[in-house]
Amino acid sequence: MRAVITVIGKDKIGIIYRVSKILSEYKINIEDISQTILQDVFTMVMLVDLSESTCKFTDLKGKLENVGKEIGMTIRIQNEDIFNAMHTI
Amino acid sequence: MALYKDIIETVRMIDKENLDIRTTTMGISLLDCIDSDQHKCQTKIYDKIARSAEHLVEEADKMAAETGVPIVNKRISVTPIALIAGATDALDYAPFAKTLDQAAKAVGVNYIGGFSALVPKGETPGDHILIQSIPEALTTTEHVCASVNLGSTKSGINMDCVKQMGHIVKKCAELTKDNDSIGASKLVVFCNAVEDNPFMAGAFHGVGQPDKVLHVGVSGPGVVKVALEKNQDATMDELAEIIKKTAFKITRAGQLVGTTVADRLGIPFGILDLSLAPTPAIGDSVARIIEEMGIEHCGGPGTTAALAMLNDAVKKGGIMASTSVGGLSGAFIPVSEDEGMIDAARNGHITIEKLEAMTCVCSVGLDMIAIPGDTPDDTISAIIADEAAIGMVNNKTTACRLIPAIGKTVGDEVTYGGLFGSAPIMPVNLSDASVFVNRGGKIPAPIHSFKN
Repeated sequence: MRAVITVIGKDKIGIIYRVSKILSEYKINIEDISQTILQDVFTMVMLVDLSESTCKFTDLKGKLENVGKEIGMTIRIQNEDIFNAMHTI
Repeated sequence: MALYKDIIETVRMIDKENLDIRTTTMGISLLDCIDSDQHKCQTKIYDKIARSAEHLVEEADKMAAETGVPIVNKRISVTPIALIAGATDALDYAPFAKTLDQAAKAVGVNYIGGFSALVPKGETPGDHILIQSIPEALTTTEHVCASVNLGSTKSGINMDCVKQMGHIVKKCAELTKDNDSIGASKLVVFCNAVEDNPFMAGAFHGVGQPDKVLHVGVSGPGVVKVALEKNQDATMDELAEIIKKTAFKITRAGQLVGTTVADRLGIPFGILDLSLAPTPAIGDSVARIIEEMGIEHCGGPGTTAALAMLNDAVKKGGIMASTSVGGLSGAFIPVSEDEGMIDAARNGHITIEKLEAMTCVCSVGLDMIAIPGDTPDDTISAIIADEAAIGMVNNKTTACRLIPAIGKTVGDEVTYGGLFGSAPIMPVNLSDASVFVNRGGKIPAPIHSFKN
């Protein structure tokens, strides 16, 4: 399964490092990544492949949310299907 | 992969605009639980529900975690109990309600619907016992919801039942008078009830349905309102297009969740009910959508036209997005459950008469309206008859969920908290309807029901 990770909040140093550290720990491959900074609000969207993941989805979700809390940003992981369902005919 | 801006839009809808799956409701047929022995029948009912819905809450929660879209309620609807209990020699069906309640507790759902009778053409002995058992059933259980379908376009309106229901609604309220008469909030009186409605309190599992099925009810008034806010200068037809596109996206989220959860539970996916179902939370109101279209206060002139457009556009967007749209699908206008509606009622901008007009063009009826506790039973019956007539003639579902707040009157409020919210007591026209109501009999089906 592929999933989309979104990180939203005030820009700071080390955001991508903190997220990708967790992903590499659990053998999760990053397939695409893009980011913008608009009026100091950092938004990152990351497409990841969970097929080799050694971590259960809900556990991974919890770990990412915890990192979000530590750095004061909102981090989400959602199944890619929800975005495809809502935005493609 | 979906585009960057689309991903951010979805995240914003969930995060800021209250997009959610309002309910996943498992419909369970109890026809194979029929037994002439009451005790055996109750045991079979409990076992079937507990077995069928064992993993419902777990799978729904798992899906919510994966997609990030909250699933607010997990519920069950069952075959109308009058059909099941009618085979026994029981003279009171409240014990069946207790069985449903225990089964609901065991599987962890918050409501179970189907303590119901379908009587548009008349009552069977089982229907009669069930209707008389409703007040006790609703006041001795926590999770059970009841409904009575007393009219249809094909059959007309059962006025004998209309007369009874005024009394039953009042009794439900009286038995729960210490709790703002909340008993009446769990009873819906329908005309043209649908068999696949996933929303409470009116859900039941019709006899034309499969053994088990999963329905989904999607909501998102906040998402529609924000979409309209961004288009201040749009014409009405342009607004309709925006609502259609928004409804499409919301429905697709529900379709994905519904089909996936059904698949994991190993049961068929039933229908997707796309209803703009408000909650008392700020930013989750249907009344505020109407106001966003340019009506100063919901209930003012223009409200019915705005609601008609909203309801139609929601249906059009939803139908393209799902393989099977059903249930009620449209806009709900419950008073106590809608922050904007509560505000309009408090300030006298909306009346029961205006709400009645609005029910001609939206998906349900007079819903969660608190009225003075001393309103005569016959007046409640007459309001039910008016609402049923709108449904019968317009070939649509209508319903009444009126709450006579015992010990309270206009100027007071009832407060339930949670999804049920709070409501100011609305004035009722007290012109005497007792002679009309006590005539009984039937209102014949309208001429346009003869389509064969």
